Amino acid sequence: MTKKTLFDKVWDAHVVDTIANGPQILYIDKHLIHEVTSPQAFQELEDRDIPVFRPDQIVATADHNTPTINQHLPIQDELSRKQLEQLSANCKKNNITLYALGHKYNGIVHVMAPELGITQPGMTIVCGDSHTSTHGAFGSIAFGIGTSQVAQVFASQCLLLTKPKSLRVTVNGHLKKGVLAKDVILYIIAKIGTNEGTGYFCEYAGDVFENMSMEGRMTVCNMSIEMGARGGMIAPDQTTFDYVTGREFAPKAETLQNKITYWKTLPTDADATFDKEYHFDAEDIEPMLTYGTNPGMGIKVSGHIPETSDVSFEKSLQYMNFEKGESLIGKPINFVFIGSCTNSRIEDFRVAAEYIKGKQKAQNVTAWLVPGSKQVESQIIAEGLKTIFDDAGFELRQPGCSACLAMNDDKIPQGEYCVSTSNRNFEGRQGQGARTILASPLMAAATAVEGRIVDISKQLN
Amino acid sequence: MKKFTTLTATAIPLDIENVDTDQIIPARFLKATDRTGFGENAFRDWRFDTDGSINDTFVLNNDNYSGSILVAGNNFGCGSSREHAAWALNDYGFKVIVSSFFADIFKGNALNNGLLPVQVSEDFLKILMGTVLNDAKTKIKVNLIDQTISIEDTAHSEAFEIDAYKKTCMINGYDDIDYLLSKKEAIAAFEGSLQ
Ligand code: SF4
Repeated sequence: MTKKTLFDKVWDAHVVDTIANGPQILYIDKHLIHEVTSPQAFQELEDRDIPVFRPDQIVATADHNTPTINQHLPIQDELSRKQLEQLSANCKKNNITLYALGHKYNGIVHVMAPELGITQPGMTIVCGDSHTSTHGAFGSIAFGIGTSQVAQVFASQCLLLTKPKSLRVTVNGHLKKGVLAKDVILYIIAKIGTNEGTGYFCEYAGDVFENMSMEGRMTVCNMSIEMGARGGMIAPDQTTFDYVTGREFAPKAETLQNKITYWKTLPTDADATFDKEYHFDAEDIEPMLTYGTNPGMGIKVSGHIPETSDVSFEKSLQYMNFEKGESLIGKPINFVFIGSCTNSRIEDFRVAAEYIKGKQKAQNVTAWLVPGSKQVESQIIAEGLKTIFDDAGFELRQPGCSACLAMNDDKIPQGEYCVSTSNRNFEGRQGQGARTILASPLMAAATAVEGRIVDISKQLN
Repeated sequence: MKKFTTLTATAIPLDIENVDTDQIIPARFLKATDRTGFGENAFRDWRFDTDGSINDTFVLNNDNYSGSILVAGNNFGCGSSREHAAWALNDYGFKVIVSSFFADIFKGNALNNGLLPVQVSEDFLKILMGTVLNDAKTKIKVNLIDQTISIEDTAHSEAFEIDAYKKTCMINGYDDIDYLLSKKEAIAAFEGSLQ
């Protein structure tokens, strides 16, 4: 019998048919939708008079375009309001479950689905959003799709796809103090580059991921797309089963036991081969920062901006107003954002609170803490973290994508630096002319307290 | 979807690598609920300065260049999955994008909208970019049937690859939904066999 990877097993179990010399028809278990990339797909179906094929397998949330203050009031921005109204109308008409703004299950699509147990091992999951790769942390095949594909899944619960190649990133060893899941993935992307993963699905393996919490695994898989990979996966294990068990929409009792038995068969076979492999040592990873305008432009906090010369590199440094060879330590920072589907889960806020406790936010800093979901927001309050944040002068806002893509009012002003726990530092991503430095929630909390970039590992050791 | 077979046109040289979809269409323009009108805001933040004035140094604002082919640097279309990027490029008037590398999701989105991504070798891209930058009148011929791209009046030509199924779709102007709908029975049967 041929040896299979985790990816092969899940993929092969979902192939409905193969077109000769062409793509395969892949069956989709769960389809997550949100307000920005779904309206044109609903329209397309309507124009062609096609019904939604399996509405029960679709879950909708409002996240990208929602305000993070006063969510109980009508939305001020007319276009945003219309987009949300459109989503509600479309869901109602097509019998699709929607967790609208204010609902206790509302949140960023990649935060709310795992916490509700909608995301499960061995599934195929898609969403019109590239960070759908997050759900791969459960050992599911999860990836972002375009709006035409959203329409295809609406119409047939399937997609036409060519099977991607396989890539494995193994990281073994012990992570140093102050090094979080975010640093691990920023390190990997800095090493591999932003397009080496294109055409591949990535599996993360080794002790570092085995010892990581589900939330850390989600942070890692979330950013797989930033190295070009369509998705990332981590083999399901006891950590995964424990996380899924007891969640709202997770299987229960005997069904759960049967599922777990099946999920245990999913990990990559010992001798299975990958098209490409990378190996890294955990000991080599330090807290990371980005200095440029793509997530691959990352350095260790103790490091220096490389001395590369090419047009794109120079354009990028010019945008960031950084010099080659420079260190980022000591740079004054006026904005800090802890949020986004990469780092807005309860563990992220616990890490931040632990650092912030008893300290004060620097005067010059505007710091936004934006939970990934209503449930995370409630946990922050229940665990007393909100009091810590309030006392230190931080602003806890309401859930949503917020300054990750700055579609709502949460924009970083022109020319300002923002140390952000999000996933993209593209030009203008957090507002026109805004300069983003990606980092872990710990680095972000430290920056907010100090008002400048500090070497967190020095502080901790 | 519009049909595509061959195209001979002038091109606009966008000599920048890693052009992400946030640049092609910034997030603040994603509030619309239909597919049209995005061309107006294509590359918005490169075409205009923050105060709204025109950025003369950006190639789309250079009157010498025009055409329905965009020649771009390596790794075009990375980042967000927003199909709005493909709609914006279509709406702006592009029919073909040439690069030495395309991000996965963008490539799929482009093909689903009749916008042809032509992936060429780095060497060919260098020659093509140089030629177009030097002479804005340069005509480029893209032949989807033969899968070739050539610079007219020169010996420079290269074959490009495209998925056979996608090629058929582009040439005939039909899309994946048509195909998937024809398979509904097989899909329903498959559902019964799932774990
Ligand atoms: S938080 Fe950012 S990356 Fe995540 S879904 Fe929202 S916009 Fe996309």
